[in-house]
Amino acid sequence: MTNKKDEKKGSRYERNESIFQWILIVSSIILLLILIGIFVTLPLNSMDSIKEFGLRFVISTDWSPQKELFGALPFIVGTLLTSFIALLFSIPFALSIALFLGEYFTHGIISTILKSAVELLAGIPSIIYGFWGIFVLVPVIRMLQIKLGIAPYGVGIFTSAVILTIMIIPYSASIGREVIQLVPNDYKEAAYSMGATRFEVIRQVILPIARSGVLAGIILSLGRALGETMAVTMLIGNVNKLPDFSVAVPEGFSLFSFNSYVTLFDNILKGFLDGVFSPSNTMASIIANEFTETTTDLQLSSIVEIGLVLFIMTLIINLIGRYIIKKTSVM
Amino acid sequence: MKNALRVLLILGLALGLAVPVLAVDELSGAGATFPYPLYSKMFDAYASETGVKVNYQGIGSSGGIKELTNKTVDFGGTDAFMSDEKIAETGADIVHIPTCLGAVVLTYNLEGSPELKISQDVLADIFLGKITSWNDDAIAALNPGVSLPDMDIVVVHRSDGSGTTNTFTVFLTKINDEWADTVGKGKTVEWPTGLGAAKNSGVAGMIKQTPGAIGYVELAYATENGMPVALIENSSGNFIKPDLMSTSLSAEGDIPEDTRVYLADTSAAEGYPITTFTWIILYKEQNYDGRTLEEAKALMDLLWWVTHDGQVHCEPLLYAPIPEKAVGSVENLLKSITYDGKPILD
Repeated sequence: MTNKKDEKKGSRYERNESIFQWILIVSSIILLLILIGIFVTLPLNSMDSIKEFGLRFVISTDWSPQKELFGALPFIVGTLLTSFIALLFSIPFALSIALFLGEYFTHGIISTILKSAVELLAGIPSIIYGFWGIFVLVPVIRMLQIKLGIAPYGVGIFTSAVILTIMIIPYSASIGREVIQLVPNDYKEAAYSMGATRFEVIRQVILPIARSGVLAGIILSLGRALGETMAVTMLIGNVNKLPDFSVAVPEGFSLFSFNSYVTLFDNILKGFLDGVFSPSNTMASIIANEFTETTTDLQLSSIVEIGLVLFIMTLIINLIGRYIIKKTSVM
Repeated sequence: MKNALRVLLILGLALGLAVPVLAVDELSGAGATFPYPLYSKMFDAYASETGVKVNYQGIGSSGGIKELTNKTVDFGGTDAFMSDEKIAETGADIVHIPTCLGAVVLTYNLEGSPELKISQDVLADIFLGKITSWNDDAIAALNPGVSLPDMDIVVVHRSDGSGTTNTFTVFLTKINDEWADTVGKGKTVEWPTGLGAAKNSGVAGMIKQTPGAIGYVELAYATENGMPVALIENSSGNFIKPDLMSTSLSAEGDIPEDTRVYLADTSAAEGYPITTFTWIILYKEQNYDGRTLEEAKALMDLLWWVTHDGQVHCEPLLYAPIPEKAVGSVENLLKSITYDGKPILD
């Protein structure tokens, strides 16, 4: 009798085990199917505009629902500019926070407060960032623009980049902190025992080992910046044109006059500032604005094609990121 | 345990089936933000009078047309009427019911909020990007007593598909050849210059916060926010201030039976030149997608109220009510709505 009971028990446990495995397999397949679904739906729904414009779509600057001419270049440039400027600004902050929390203050009340604050930043809904941007950041940027002598829009690429910076810092900071904390103590102690200063340990032991992890966090934050919609669409000015980096050639420019060069340099600087601060538009923003109210099938298909371009761009950047991470990985 | 679960499931199903029958106390609409202040007030009053809640979302005229086409709302709102071709594309007949007249005004952000006169040419040139500074000679000539600052003009326009944009660009196309050739009219156009903001509220907000900004919004958005409005030159050469009287006067001309007409650039001597009807659009044949007669009747009761008793709410918000001579056409249009071929109202 005891044998029979044991046998029954065994088969019930085995059944539960295999049901559990089955659930896991099914969930994974569903996830894969969803990804394939996105991968397939995007080109399928943009067939109309792919056939109409071909590769011209990616280099054309038209966007006219009336003339039915569409091109994605202004949005591609806007997305890349805002995201990479935000990345540039965020790296020093993220790295500093990661080092501070990962190396200097790993436990204790300061660490807890700072860690929670950084993670809270990641949890703020992006539309709140948009509101804050409109009421607080835009007037500040406007004052800056007046000081620099350029058009005082307040909104534009620079403003969006600043808000993106704040939004993406938590991602690279948190991952960076984890990776830096994970650097084995043996390596650090070995370096200290050889007389290294704290800074030398950070620079020559911790960072090289944590490098690939920190880079992974940075790539993650870049991915977030590329796809951010709400905060950017409220702060970018919604102008469907390329940012204006044009430089005015000074009147009566002479190769031999020192003043000419001074004016030229001034104009180059003004052109650069005009461009960086100019209102523009990003791929995510134009989709958010126009998707619900496209008037023609071609316009809808063009909007979906912009989504496809964004998807491909994110994919490429992620692949490049993974390649970089693999190459810099020490462990 | 199993029995309790079974009972709960049956209860849930029963409630789910019962909901559609209980829910004719709610109607949904979406579309133009132009009449949104008026509709807010009207639907609030309608709910207290009849208990029927109307949920109207301001998403822009293009959005309203799209939602109606997709049959996701009971009615749509638009101030850009659909052309015969566009109606044919939806595959069904769509009726336009005008609810009021409104004015598209030019509002701006200047210190001291001076009252400015803007001629037709200057208006077009500002939006074409040809006049870029507030103290430009052309503007100064029209406003001799006003000290205009040396500031850049920041043009603000709509970034979403808008009937307000349509009204404004229809006007600009009529009065300025350069605008007609380079930009044209529509719910979305390629603006030569300026920043984009979503919805009337977005444009008003952006102008309010940006010194030196100018843009076009519906009258209520400017007055409710204490923003100045410009006097615009009409076809008789008079500079007219947008208000109730000048808006009503702009509807002097003939109004067709189906009320689909542009009122911009009116020939009335004291009429404000940038006005428009705003319409509620719905399907002529209300039996589609499983709609019940009760739902159609609830919608028709709402629309009859909006165009008759509800008109009292127009004037306090500076919208002009439906002109006397159009009331007949409106009633005919309402009576033409059918369910299974039979008119719903009698």
